[in-house]
Amino acid sequence: MLNAFAQKRRLTLALTTLGFVASMGVAQATDFTGAGATFPAPAYTAWSADYKAKTGSSLNYQAIGSGGGQKQILARTVDFGASDAPMESKQLADGKLLQFPAVIGSVVLIVNLDGVKPNEIKLDGATLGDIYLGKIAKWNDPAIVKLNPDIKLPDLAIQPVYRSDGSGTTYVYTTYLADVSADWKGKVGAATSVSWPAGTGAKGNDGVAGAVKNAKGAIGYVEYVYAAANGLTTTQLGNKAGKFVPPTVPAFQAAAANADWKGAKDFAASMINTAGDTTWPIVSATFILLPKDPKDTAASLEVMKFFDWAFKDGGAVAEKLHYIPLPAAVQDDVRKAWKAEIKDGSGAPVYK
Amino acid sequence: MSDQTLAVSADPSFEKRPSIFAGGGQTIDHVFRAGLIASGALVLVVLGAILFQLFIGGWPIIAADGLSFFTSSDWNPVTDRYGAVVMLYGTVVTAVIAVVIGVPVSFGITFFLTEVAPVGARRTIGTAIQLLAAVPSIIFGMWGFFVVAPLMAEWVEPVLGAVLGPIPVLGILFSGAPMGTGVLTAGLILALMIVPFMSAMFVEIIESVPPVLKEAAYGVGSTTSEVFRHISMPYGRTALVGGMMLGLGRALGETMAVTFVIGNANRIKASLFAPGASIASTIANEFPEAGPGSLKLNALLELGFALFVISFLVLALARWLVRSRLD
Repeated sequence: MLNAFAQKRRLTLALTTLGFVASMGVAQATDFTGAGATFPAPAYTAWSADYKAKTGSSLNYQAIGSGGGQKQILARTVDFGASDAPMESKQLADGKLLQFPAVIGSVVLIVNLDGVKPNEIKLDGATLGDIYLGKIAKWNDPAIVKLNPDIKLPDLAIQPVYRSDGSGTTYVYTTYLADVSADWKGKVGAATSVSWPAGTGAKGNDGVAGAVKNAKGAIGYVEYVYAAANGLTTTQLGNKAGKFVPPTVPAFQAAAANADWKGAKDFAASMINTAGDTTWPIVSATFILLPKDPKDTAASLEVMKFFDWAFKDGGAVAEKLHYIPLPAAVQDDVRKAWKAEIKDGSGAPVYK
Repeated sequence: MSDQTLAVSADPSFEKRPSIFAGGGQTIDHVFRAGLIASGALVLVVLGAILFQLFIGGWPIIAADGLSFFTSSDWNPVTDRYGAVVMLYGTVVTAVIAVVIGVPVSFGITFFLTEVAPVGARRTIGTAIQLLAAVPSIIFGMWGFFVVAPLMAEWVEPVLGAVLGPIPVLGILFSGAPMGTGVLTAGLILALMIVPFMSAMFVEIIESVPPVLKEAAYGVGSTTSEVFRHISMPYGRTALVGGMMLGLGRALGETMAVTFVIGNANRIKASLFAPGASIASTIANEFPEAGPGSLKLNALLELGFALFVISFLVLALARWLVRSRLD
């Protein structure tokens, strides 16, 4: 544990030094730092490389986890924090933070069943809830057979696998289960880590994928980014309209378009189980936390310029990495919020 | 006496000596001494500061729930209720499994290296075992997860379940679905990690047995195994138990390897195949997402405090046992 901390510190030092040395050649570049969520880290990293090539300003982003990101930004040790789960309004107000979404991702189910092809097996929310509650214990349970009359399901124990480390992915997934299963909501609930009634835990997306691969009959949930990159056996899922959809980018975009952004506080719009025939039901945004009273206004401005650029020109890169860009209307609302909320010492807006 | 002192100070060569240090000898000596004291004190200060911080950090959970933190098995971040029983159980059970598997293996290695192996092979095997101790725990974890866990799921656990499962009482330990990751696998990986450490200790202890005792035993016609069982082992008994305790202490605090293979479930099941959680694995899993100022963070710090105290007690006992024999 101590070693890991020491290594991280050394790495930070090395990265900072590297960033410093690299930035010396470019005039008027502002380096800025961020820390937090691991889930959007590949997108932020890819964006930061492109942004640096364009402007010379470089972002040092450390994927230390959403909780860590919240701690760091509350302590103001970084220029922005990143969190998968939105923070509560009161916490945001107390910490004088503006929260806005950066990019959208989704969670998919993966299975290990002989002879079952990707996106072949159909599951719905109630069944998933019962599987993770331990109530449905065999793959040939009538509830699953009813959804999949065309597939020959084996008499095999279901081994549910979950993320053992606290994670935004678990937050999104358990929020979905709590939404579709009253039983789940009452017995377990939703959080970055919960008291799982059944199954085994594995660390990280790769851990869940590995554990599912290790055991026949296992089922797990991972971020779509991870499933797509590794060609895992994903499933179809029943949505609110009762239609079964495979996990695809258009299905995620439909969820983003159907979310109630206007009515959401602090941009924390729910994209869980939204309406629409083609909607994938487990979609969520990941958030940026920016101080409303920045000490270093130059760095704060650079953060906003960075995300402004990412909204405008980073969409293609994000999509290539299997993320979904924010809907255009939401991007405009975020820019408005920057102008209205982020003030320098004299009370003038930082972002113009 | 006083004549002698006088004689020494009158010695002209002695008078000259301080001049080599140009009169600064005493100052340097003082600084050196202060530096040594500071180095020694630093360890105590850091140890005390860590203990203090963990205690203060964990205090809110004790203030809120009293000692029920140590008697409740309910660990639920959603309802913000935290109990440490599952982790305490997992920590102790995996460490005990590790010692139960690791001690006989370590004795085998010790016996082999001290009594049986040809002198040439001793160094090679001894070095190889030492190298095993240098393998980082994350490597053990990944190897355990990707190689050992599938083997356990496919071969070891089904066979154990079929052979030992039907036995009453004992069979409960080996029942349930073989998932590969779980308390037993964690104990096995831990055993591999503490074997090099324990065998190095054991070899040292057995080698401290006076040769004359062993030779006398051989002289009256004892066999090699008799000498080992009746002379070497009884001679180093206390220190050997201490060595086991040191192994136990290491197993208690191991983090990364256990996190990979223990299955990470906040439940206590009688079966050793079932997933569980240890104190260290829970902290590793939950710490990055424990919100600032949250009760969960307090609970994790209190867990850390508990682990610190347990490890400290085990290691203190071990040191005492080892020292009583080796000194």
